[in-house]
Amino acid sequence: MFGEHGLFIIASYGVSALALGALALWTVLDGRSVRRRLDELDSRGVRRRSAGRE
Amino acid sequence: MALMDLANPTRFLALSGRVLPWLTGLALATLAVGFFLAFRAPADYQQGETVKIMYIHVPFAWLAMFGYSLLALSALGILVWRHPLADVAHKAMAPIGAVFAFLCLVTGSLWGRPMWGTYWVWDARLTSMLVLLLLYLGLLALRSAIEDPNQAGRAAAVLSLVGFVNVPIVKFSVDWWNTLHQPASVFRMGGSTIDASMLWPLMICAFGFTLLMLALHMAAMRTEIYRRRLRVMEARAAAEAAFA
Repeated sequence: MFGEHGLFIIASYGVSALALGALALWTVLDGRSVRRRLDELDSRGVRRRSAGRE
Repeated sequence: MALMDLANPTRFLALSGRVLPWLTGLALATLAVGFFLAFRAPADYQQGETVKIMYIHVPFAWLAMFGYSLLALSALGILVWRHPLADVAHKAMAPIGAVFAFLCLVTGSLWGRPMWGTYWVWDARLTSMLVLLLLYLGLLALRSAIEDPNQAGRAAAVLSLVGFVNVPIVKFSVDWWNTLHQPASVFRMGGSTIDASMLWPLMICAFGFTLLMLALHMAAMRTEIYRRRLRVMEARAAAEAAFA
């Protein structure tokens, strides 16, 4: 499909998709985990002194 | 809204919450167009189809340097203005920049094997890019090694400012030394040497990856702000439990 060096092209795009996908997934999951723990504390009545969360 | 007004974590969260979905969508749409054009672009007369790797390798290289430049700017914000959002921006960028620098090296190696006959040579461009990756990793290690977040932020800021000297070395290494890596072919005196049929897809891919990096950075900054709020609330909960 991409000539004699097709494997190198596919490997380049494959590794890039994997690494960026993993980075995006980690960013989303990390964000959700932190928000969940914040919500748990919030539901227990713990507030910041300057509570101005979204 | 004045720029300084945005440099407030609560306002940043409100604004970024509205901007982030659009920024992410625009990044993905731009990348889709860029890849569509890249895979329709003609093969290079020397590289053949292997030139397709350049549509991702070159943006990764640019963005690894761009990310580090943002780190250095944030470091100034930490050390000079002691702004908390600068520390948030600094901490959030390090892992993202590290991934882009890593991908630059990997895709460069995968291009180098068929074109140069080797995955790696210790020439100035490749070595200075490896140093950039090591600087990113060093910043991550430094932050996790120091328990006090403020102290960790200041130490990381100093390291990133010292390491910024490597960015112009990466950029100009191909001019200053005799390297196997080819000299600049897009941003150079006298204009680009790349044909428009390949230059446009490259620039659109680069723009798409830039938007993606900014979207990832914005999302990571939001999480970091919430993480700091969580730390404060956990400390408060622990203190209340101790006095109960």
